[in-house]
Amino acid sequence: MAEYDSVDFLQLDELLSDEEKLARNTVREFVSREFLPVVQEHIRRDGSFPMELVPTMAELGLFGANLHGYGCAGMNNIAYGLVMQELERGDSGLRSFASVQGGLVMYPIHAYGSDTQKERWLPELAAGRAIGCFGLTEPDFGSHAGGMLTKAERKGDGWVLNGTKRWITNGSLADVAVVWARSRDGIGGFLVERDRPGFETGDMKGKFSLRGSVTSELFLRDVELPEENRLPSAAGLKAPLSCLTQARYGIAWGALGAAMACYDEVVRYTRDRIVQGGPLAGKQLTQEKLADMLTEITKGQLLALRVAQLKDAGKLHHTMVSMAKRNNVDIALQIARQARDLLGANGIVDDYQSMRHMVNLETVRTYEGTHDIHTLILGEHITGMRAL
Amino acid sequence: MKIMVCLKQVPHQDARLDIDSAGTWIQESNIKFEINTYDTYALEEALRAKDEGECEVVVVSIGPDRTTQALRTALGMGADRAVHIKDEEADGSDALGLAKLLAAVAKEESPDTIFTGFMSDDDNFAAVPPMLAELVGLPHTTAAVKVVRGDSSLTVDRETEGGSYEVVELPLPCLVSVQTGINQVRYASLKGIMAAKKKPLDVKSVADLGLSGSVGAGAAKVKIEKIAPPPKGDTAELLEGSTDEVVAGLVTKIKELGLL
Repeated sequence: MAEYDSVDFLQLDELLSDEEKLARNTVREFVSREFLPVVQEHIRRDGSFPMELVPTMAELGLFGANLHGYGCAGMNNIAYGLVMQELERGDSGLRSFASVQGGLVMYPIHAYGSDTQKERWLPELAAGRAIGCFGLTEPDFGSHAGGMLTKAERKGDGWVLNGTKRWITNGSLADVAVVWARSRDGIGGFLVERDRPGFETGDMKGKFSLRGSVTSELFLRDVELPEENRLPSAAGLKAPLSCLTQARYGIAWGALGAAMACYDEVVRYTRDRIVQGGPLAGKQLTQEKLADMLTEITKGQLLALRVAQLKDAGKLHHTMVSMAKRNNVDIALQIARQARDLLGANGIVDDYQSMRHMVNLETVRTYEGTHDIHTLILGEHITGMRAL
Repeated sequence: MKIMVCLKQVPHQDARLDIDSAGTWIQESNIKFEINTYDTYALEEALRAKDEGECEVVVVSIGPDRTTQALRTALGMGADRAVHIKDEEADGSDALGLAKLLAAVAKEESPDTIFTGFMSDDDNFAAVPPMLAELVGLPHTTAAVKVVRGDSSLTVDRETEGGSYEVVELPLPCLVSVQTGINQVRYASLKGIMAAKKKPLDVKSVADLGLSGSVGAGAAKVKIEKIAPPPKGDTAELLEGSTDEVVAGLVTKIKELGLL
């Protein structure tokens, strides 16, 4: 069977540099050769990630690929986006792993950390020898992160943290957690090492979605930290939100990867599947669905590519990332649903991947800013009025 | 220590191949290309030598503009320099013409070892490596499945018919053509791809190599008259009908031929 190839209806490859294409190809090869053969086994286990692939992922440079220095590849944002696209072609859990490590752990240390923190953590995180997680969301505060209850209180020269974080990707795998907590001075970021007394984690089980990813709760009970563990330049909610802009940017590209995986699967399937004397692909209702998929993927690619160019040019506004994340995840989810539909009964078994992408994308739609929150961000941008 | 690796860019294994209007090659527009599979193993073999000690790896390829991507991939995987022989005058070269071009580069570079793939995925000639070695005056062997590096020689296990191996020792400098599966080929890392941007990629013309008039279609002793898809043989039989009928027909045929 022919290898997977991405959609390029508008010959967008012509707009990519050699490096950008090479980055995409090398990650695609890794996903095909090493990730896809093992993904099912992890999905069946629920909440399990193929940790044995982490050294190869690090060697490839997948962690913090768009950051500069400290062992990071220093790629531009188009190449970074293409990398995220290829990872999510494998599974949203694979992309999430890299997104969290790079966009939500390495990025805040890179942007807001002290030199000591950068030197201590960034090379280890880039090399995959240390795993990180990002603790912002709480059981009662998701979209309204500013309402967080986790507290940081001064004690001598240091801090004491108390609170609970939930829906934390890689929480129990993490050697270091970037925990956001409220102090008298406002919201601040803290690096909590795994072995700090009072810091515990537990995994969320029974997930229908993102089963190839570890999702945890973080429990902080009188966790004492020295001042050196506070991110010195992170002041206020703006800091964690800037991290989310990084990760959401990656998601806008990643969702296209999931959409293209479903599209590729269903084009192949409908060509081979004989229904009432002819291929399913030859039926009008099928062709309408396929035409919609191709069109939406292509529009999503244009959106992602332009946002990438603006990001590289330093002209990005977070509302643009909201539009890209909102649109591309939404169309990817619709494409996955349509693909699963066209696969018929076959579509519900894990020999086919569209349903796996579909249920993953249900999560992706409501994480890193829900679809509705991004709607309101755009709504506020248009009207100047903050709606609830 | 210097190792030269010869790479060929060939149509992607999944590319849909259509014959061109002259009937002597395939239509190259709108198909994807990749590094010849055998050559990726040759490159990996060189990169392993580099991992173990001080060694410069120079990759060389002949082809049009698109060949740059193959060379950049090789640089991304860890090669140090690339030489791209790019000249329309080289078009239509036969194996000897290609070997002459590579030999001219080899003479300039004076590598301690030349690794090549055993053959190319598209032409399957397996002729260029021995010709190149002879033109440069190097001892050579083909179809290597294991290479052990010594101080002044290579010990090579080469594949022979029937699954047996022949062990040969070659003094350096020498040329070895490599069989697939000899190693596990690495990926080009993102850091490597970024670093590759800054690595030298020299473009050379036929004239630069002093070979004007002696390579290319005009000088080729072997000319492709025609390429064609495999003809339908007289003995081929196409089974028709529903799946059940086709399967039943196939089983009957296998029994008739005494294959079961």
